[in-house]
Amino acid sequence: MGVKWWWSWKLQEMKASKHSYVLLAPYMILFSMFTVIPVVISIILSFTYFNMLEFPRFIGWQNYTRLFLEDDVFLIAIKNTLLFAIITGPISYIACFVFAWIINELTPKWRAFMTLIFYAPSISGNVYFIWLMIFSGDRYGIANGLLIQWGVLLEPIQWLKTEAYIMPILILVQLWLSLGTGFLAFIAGLQTVDRTLYEAGAVDGIKNRWQELWYITLPSMRPQLMFGAVIQLTTSFAVADVSIALAGFPSVNYAAETVVTHLIDFGTTRFEMGYASAIAAVLFIIMVGTNLLVQKLLRRVGE
Amino acid sequence: MAAVATGKKRVNRSLSGSLSLFALLLVFGAFMVLPLIYAINNAFKPLDEIFMFPPTLFVRNPTFSSFTDLLNLLSDSWVPFSRYIFNTVFITGIGIIGHVLLASAAAYPLAKHKFPGKVFMFQVVVLSLMFTPAVTAIPNYMIMSWLGWIDTYWAVIIPAFAYSLGLYLMKQFMEQIPDALLEAAKIDGASEYRIFWSIVMPNVKPAWLTLIILLFQMLWGSDGNGYIYSEQLKTLHYAAGQIIQGGISRAGAGAAVALILMSVPITLFIFSQSRIIETMASSGMKE
Repeated sequence: MGVKWWWSWKLQEMKASKHSYVLLAPYMILFSMFTVIPVVISIILSFTYFNMLEFPRFIGWQNYTRLFLEDDVFLIAIKNTLLFAIITGPISYIACFVFAWIINELTPKWRAFMTLIFYAPSISGNVYFIWLMIFSGDRYGIANGLLIQWGVLLEPIQWLKTEAYIMPILILVQLWLSLGTGFLAFIAGLQTVDRTLYEAGAVDGIKNRWQELWYITLPSMRPQLMFGAVIQLTTSFAVADVSIALAGFPSVNYAAETVVTHLIDFGTTRFEMGYASAIAAVLFIIMVGTNLLVQKLLRRVGE
Repeated sequence: MAAVATGKKRVNRSLSGSLSLFALLLVFGAFMVLPLIYAINNAFKPLDEIFMFPPTLFVRNPTFSSFTDLLNLLSDSWVPFSRYIFNTVFITGIGIIGHVLLASAAAYPLAKHKFPGKVFMFQVVVLSLMFTPAVTAIPNYMIMSWLGWIDTYWAVIIPAFAYSLGLYLMKQFMEQIPDALLEAAKIDGASEYRIFWSIVMPNVKPAWLTLIILLFQMLWGSDGNGYIYSEQLKTLHYAAGQIIQGGISRAGAGAAVALILMSVPITLFIFSQSRIIETMASSGMKE
């Protein structure tokens, strides 16, 4: 009885909101087709053996056990991705905030100029191949050339072909690229902080800019801080393009292998779609899990 | 809306603190901008300067020879270069128009209406901000091949229509439109579609611009990876990659291409900066 009543009431409500659904429909249909359904298919495929030619064959948890127990390269990929995310995630997040905060103190013209300088690398249309020229393995590369000229090196170093240097270089380049949408959101968030709060703070005995930052600015910006965290975290877990462009694919001794490059390897080179889907599922869980955790932590800040 | 700072000095600023902060800004600003300056200068270097030892940051005898080399190189290739430009402009243009229309239409009910399923739908969109497209690459390929869209522009364009960050920003921005404005229109007898088109859309112009730039960046830099195989349909970014991988013999042309690629989105950003920041001001995740 109650359920039936609830349904007829819901149905009536849905009929009344016909226009809302019509407006939503085109976007939602495409969004489902290219985001929601693919996630579901990917999770289903991860329990099968699938090579694109034969019909997928159900094999249970086999892909997952193979991934964690037998695949040495996947363990390298996980290690690299976590290292990458742990270093670039927080650093780029803090850098986004710190630079936005300093820039906010400038006059409007300088603020616009400095925003452009910091934001330019991330919008310049994936031109990270500039770094290929900088870390080129011969003496005409900027890094080698300068170090030889200064007498630090005698012979050019094959930067992107030497295991020990690959990860630090990728981290450097990723940090260079990482002041993007999150950075803009912080710049904007800082400008919306209610200015009277600062005056009130000064009256209440806030002594310097650091206290002002901690007691007024940060709490007022919590929504933007959350948004920025999601953006920075997601990008730092998804590193692949930079790795492929700079270190090659596969990289020397898998030194630059990340979860996403591993996924691309199995998905597009070896056509083991079931296995690749298991990699995608693991990545999906890691990303969403970390994001929810970080959001929970940020929600507590300043409370 | 964004309260623009007055530029008025605030109290309690120590000079040494300011100096050290601005020094920090300058050092890291240099780190951000030097590779770009190097790329710009490289494009104007004659070949002997590109391969000079020690390498130099700034060009000494600027020349346009890299650009003429690029033109010669491209006139020799069997797909005319204008075709790559057309492809990229077409993909970017249609992708942006479709995205702005669809994302705005969907954002309006999410921001201003109450209906069953609204919270769920929005939460799914927010969740999708938290993962990379790589997660869905394989099923997406399968869906594209079922639709027969492999090796067509549509495989790149149509998914861009439903890019989640755009809907998210648009919805947050639309929430600032006063309800009274919409109520007034409703009383005057305007339909929901009319309200959306004649009242909501003109009020969210700054957000359009942000969506345009975000999508421009995404589509301008896309190389159609995995979906487009015909040389005639490849994008500028793909062609640039080929030239740059050409190695030493094409170093000059590669530098010229890099400059062309990066200058377009940067120029666009310069002209739209204030509007974008206005949109981002409402970008926070509401709890």
